[in-house]
Amino acid sequence: MEVEQFSYDNKIVRYFTYATALWGAVGMLVGVIVALQIFIPEANFGISWLTYGRLRPLHTNAVIFAFVGNGIFAGVYYSLQRLCKARMWSDLLSKLHFWGWQLIIVSAAITLPLGYTTSKEYAELEWPIDILIALVWVIFTVNMFGTIFKRRERHMYVAIWFYIATVVTVAMLHIVNSIEFPLSLMKSYPVYAGVQDALVQWWYGHNAVAFFLTTPYLGLMYYFVPKAANRPIFSYRLSIIHFWALIFIYIWAGPHHLLYTSLPDWAQSLGTVFSIMLIAPSWGGMINGLLTLRGAWDRVRTDPILKFFVVAITAYGMATFEGPMLSIKSVNAISHYTSWTIAHVHVGALGWNGLLTFGMLYWMVPRLFKTKLYSVKLANLHFWISTLGIAFYAIPMYFAGWMEGLLWKQFTPEGFLQYPNFLEIVTQIIPMYAIRAFGGALYLSGVFVMAYNLIKTMKSGVAEDNEAAEAPALPKKYHEKEVHPYRHRWLEAKPAQFIVLTFIAVAIGGLIEFIPTFMVKSNVPTIASVRPYTPLELEGRDIYIREGCNNCHSQMIRPFRSETERYGEYSKVGEFVYDHPFLWGSKRTGPDLHRIGGKYPDAWHYQHMEDPRSMSPGSVMPPYPWLLTSKLDTSHTRDKISLMRSLGAPYSDGYEEQAMADLQEQAEGISKGLEEAKIITDWDSEIVALIAYLQRLGTDIKVEGAQAGL
Amino acid sequence: MSAIFLLIGASLLVAVGFLALFVWAVRSGQYEDTVTPSMRMVVDDDGAVPGGQHGASVQRKDSSNNLE
Repeated sequence: MEVEQFSYDNKIVRYFTYATALWGAVGMLVGVIVALQIFIPEANFGISWLTYGRLRPLHTNAVIFAFVGNGIFAGVYYSLQRLCKARMWSDLLSKLHFWGWQLIIVSAAITLPLGYTTSKEYAELEWPIDILIALVWVIFTVNMFGTIFKRRERHMYVAIWFYIATVVTVAMLHIVNSIEFPLSLMKSYPVYAGVQDALVQWWYGHNAVAFFLTTPYLGLMYYFVPKAANRPIFSYRLSIIHFWALIFIYIWAGPHHLLYTSLPDWAQSLGTVFSIMLIAPSWGGMINGLLTLRGAWDRVRTDPILKFFVVAITAYGMATFEGPMLSIKSVNAISHYTSWTIAHVHVGALGWNGLLTFGMLYWMVPRLFKTKLYSVKLANLHFWISTLGIAFYAIPMYFAGWMEGLLWKQFTPEGFLQYPNFLEIVTQIIPMYAIRAFGGALYLSGVFVMAYNLIKTMKSGVAEDNEAAEAPALPKKYHEKEVHPYRHRWLEAKPAQFIVLTFIAVAIGGLIEFIPTFMVKSNVPTIASVRPYTPLELEGRDIYIREGCNNCHSQMIRPFRSETERYGEYSKVGEFVYDHPFLWGSKRTGPDLHRIGGKYPDAWHYQHMEDPRSMSPGSVMPPYPWLLTSKLDTSHTRDKISLMRSLGAPYSDGYEEQAMADLQEQAEGISKGLEEAKIITDWDSEIVALIAYLQRLGTDIKVEGAQAGL
Repeated sequence: MSAIFLLIGASLLVAVGFLALFVWAVRSGQYEDTVTPSMRMVVDDDGAVPGGQHGASVQRKDSSNNLE
């Protein structure tokens, strides 16, 4: 066989490596800032684009797509070339991929603070950036498959399978969840409304965790852990089995984010069942990773890279045990909307993704620069700083979560809420917020230690853009008998596993198809009194979205006595049919707002937005004084009406002509009412629209109650 | 809830795609040997220049992770 000479593209790996470290520091810095802002609202310096509601999406997007994203690409570009014994298919596509992805990140860093957001978690970026993401992802996919097709190694190592699942599924998730109608260059509305939007969003959101934070990182684990431990993976067969099981099961688990919401029960149960099943393939990966170190545990004492990997894989095991537990409805009843979720995701993000990335960087950078790591001591220091940082982050957040979950539900013996004032519980967990911020800052400082160590390492070596390699060409045709004389023996030994797996895959599809077919019609009972938003409320809703209110306030009252006592009637699925997008939220840093309408006078809202502490002493909500002075932008009001009609809102034909007059009339009404409370405000200020929206929230069914004489 | 049909469609599409991939993988002999591939990736050199200073070749296994 002829040996071919070629080279690996190390330059692109280096670029992604730099980007990983840089965006990691930036994303975590924003994380520390929002961790401070959550209990010190003054930390936004009174600047609108530095408020929590706008920076929190920036933090999540930066760490997921910028830090972990570039980490995936660095690791994939390094390992894929070597596993395939081939250079990346196209240097041009590699470059386009790199610069395209950085352009996306920069666009996100600019647009999110400016308030351009879809409000859908981890999919906040507006439609032009969504299109750019799709394009760059296609570039990556083509480049990857091109490389796989021209590989010189017949067998595709299991890591490659994980990479394939990642590119295929992320493309699908992103496209389905981003189907939205553009209103203007930087504003769009999803085609889905209410419960449908929620279902699609969390189908996406959960699988962003599955196929962006998990499968690619398992692939990286299967490459870098054996390499660093210098021994093969514990069980190659287990890796194959858990791979197929994982990807088949993950995709159905999304509804566990919507337990006890208005999502139909059968969909909730489905989410729970699949989530609990997930523990098996997830732990298959964890066990396989950890046992790879069998016989090499002595080296874990001295080798910081292995330390990072061991704690990363352990964190993966913890998070994937906790995930199924949190998907059990009775556990979720306590955990949902609390800081418990935040602790859970950070064990995954800081532990699994963060530490695995650090270990990978410490392993790759010396090789890319043909040198030794500058300081093993500093790497060890980094390991201990980041591990302690995770502990200081997660433990107080668990306590905070349990406190929230339990205190919200606490009744006195007489049957009243023990803590009827939500704020009373918020102020009790402020110390935990403070310790969490310290933990986050500790973790971030570790990244700077790493950056110093890696820069010193780079300076001591010489980067080689193209690393020479050689391998025999792959025979064009695959001859089963020649290559694998034992095929029959294999068939006898293993078909059972594959038949079982195949059956599961098919059965899943069948089940999912049948159940909704029989049950779907009764799923969204319509409520006659639920009307579309008025033009002013529609504008107010967009301000609510722009300011990111949904980051701290839910709009979904679960059917528990503790919640109906505190907030009012539980939320009905039919109430959200005109909500594009849904704004159910996922965290209650502040109280639920679904029945806020009519609860307080307009003047209360005005003063509360101007300075929350004037109405709620001790509140951690930031003031929004700019809403009082900014003029409401009504240039798109007519278009919004048309767009909402095309999405199904029953505005009468030609209502666009009437919309502006209606908007002004409603706004002047609010403004006059405020005047009686000695508050002078222009009818066309943003605060008026926001008040109109807040006062409308959850009131539709009260109308029905009034008519029915209840 | 009609969005569920879209999700089922999309999920099934990807599941069927993976199933086809799986069948292809088994048929094309990807999984005939579930031992050697795991060994091979460990001993494979990282494409280092043969004879080069840092080439982690088959003979000279690089077990120190370039640490010291």
